[in-house]
Amino acid sequence: MATSNNRRKFMATTFQSVGLTALGGLLWSGYSDEVKASPLVLRPPAALPEDDFLKACIKCGLCAEACVNRESNQNRDGSQRKGTLQMAKGGDHRMIGTPFFVPTDVPCYMCDDVPCVPVCPSGALDMPSILNEKKELDINKAKMGLAVVHKESCIAFWGIQCDACYRACPIMDEAITLEYQKNERTGKHAFLLPVVHSDICTGCGLCEQACVTEKPAIFVLPIEQATGVAGDHYVKGWDKKDQQRVQNANEIHTKNERSKQDASEYLNMEVEY
Amino acid sequence: MSNMKYLLLRRVTQMTLLVLYFGANAYGWHILEGTFGASRLFGFIPLADPYTTVQVLASGFVLGADVLLGALLITVFYMIVGGRAFCSWVCPINMVTDLANWLRRKLKLDKEEVNYRFLKRRTRYWIMVLGIVVSAVVGVAAFEVLSPITIMQRGIVFGFGAGIAVIIAIFLFDLFGVKNGWCGHLCPLGAAYSVIGSKSLIRVKHTHENCTNCMECKVVCPENQVLHMINKSSIAVTDGDCTNCGRCIDVCNDNALEFGVRSFMKQETRSGDFSHTSK
Repeated sequence: MATSNNRRKFMATTFQSVGLTALGGLLWSGYSDEVKASPLVLRPPAALPEDDFLKACIKCGLCAEACVNRESNQNRDGSQRKGTLQMAKGGDHRMIGTPFFVPTDVPCYMCDDVPCVPVCPSGALDMPSILNEKKELDINKAKMGLAVVHKESCIAFWGIQCDACYRACPIMDEAITLEYQKNERTGKHAFLLPVVHSDICTGCGLCEQACVTEKPAIFVLPIEQATGVAGDHYVKGWDKKDQQRVQNANEIHTKNERSKQDASEYLNMEVEY
Repeated sequence: MSNMKYLLLRRVTQMTLLVLYFGANAYGWHILEGTFGASRLFGFIPLADPYTTVQVLASGFVLGADVLLGALLITVFYMIVGGRAFCSWVCPINMVTDLANWLRRKLKLDKEEVNYRFLKRRTRYWIMVLGIVVSAVVGVAAFEVLSPITIMQRGIVFGFGAGIAVIIAIFLFDLFGVKNGWCGHLCPLGAAYSVIGSKSLIRVKHTHENCTNCMECKVVCPENQVLHMINKSSIAVTDGDCTNCGRCIDVCNDNALEFGVRSFMKQETRSGDFSHTSK
């Protein structure tokens, strides 16, 4: 009798332990997965793609410390300025403890010596990705994000002369160029339209900070959110390089109800709604 | 003040470390930079938390050599020398839970011995393993997204934000909830250091002949199951759950407890109690 009681107790405890562990694991997994999902965040230069970055970042803050304490980050009187990189706190709605920046707050000034990247101990900031041919750090190779112009709120598109973003850009006349267009409304003025070139733009955010409109009409988005992908269906037939891009394209077979029939068959059918 | 010696030493150590970390960000000092996840000592020696490192590796990312070397250095230090000393000599949460514990005693909240059916001291070992599993499943270091230890440290270095709520929650849990609830039952980092330091050299030693059985040591000990030898036998505290905080030595008026170097030759490991399943 006592033995069977003990066995029953043992079984109950085992099931309870397994059950509670599973419960804890599910809650924990759910929570961890949710806090990962904050795609609209700008990371330091040379950061790995967001998914890998969140795995790799060990939340040590060495990048942020190198950023705020760099020599160039002082006012004329020697006092410290705020750093670009912040460490996400509770309430920031970004993965807690990871570095990020907000251009309207403090943009990235694209220091020549890139102090934030070499200090990263984990590899979340991937130094090789911003080395040039001479194996020197080259901040111009950084891809923190991409500036996007909202033409409806950009006053240059209204015909008012403004080139604040163009002049603020550290890679002036390359990352943002001004395109001239005739202003048909007045008949005698020109539009000077800012155009961002995604192969040059580093996403530093100096343009966003410089923008004169109430809410910036030019703003930096993470590359993933700011870019499209043409895919293998379209190719520049006049461009040899682009032909290479689709070399490994796979044929796609769509299988649905219609593909059972011949094309001429279903195209000649009456439309069924 | 003689009965505060190790307590004061610990507070000085904890505070000094936090000041150094704070200064690294605020004033650009190069003595101890970073956070407990990964740090740099004197500007070039890498240090890293072993449990965090294992979580990141489990999430599927091959870490840089700096972190791996740093984790190795920390592991070797606590494995050979410190035992679970991180918890009582370094961790800032220790100050919060010690305060909660002290208040518990002052408010006499400990009068009733409560049996927490599901919350055993071994729960933390389950959580430790679970943290690694969840890291692998979700693809992010799972304990690091909610660790009150680094939240508190980063709070002090970079600003708290809403993170202060986590610290208050731990305080309330330990004060009104479970005695030694966080550090003694839940914290997977402490569990990891228990495992790492279970064979370390520095140990509290008991001289049973001097003991007057006043049980002061058991009252203050945050892991008092490790003091099973009190007034029974003259052996060292070899249980990995002991944090080497030295509070028992502080409160002992009979010279029955002292720090010593563990000897593997004697029979002090007789009980062989490294199972971490006590209580």
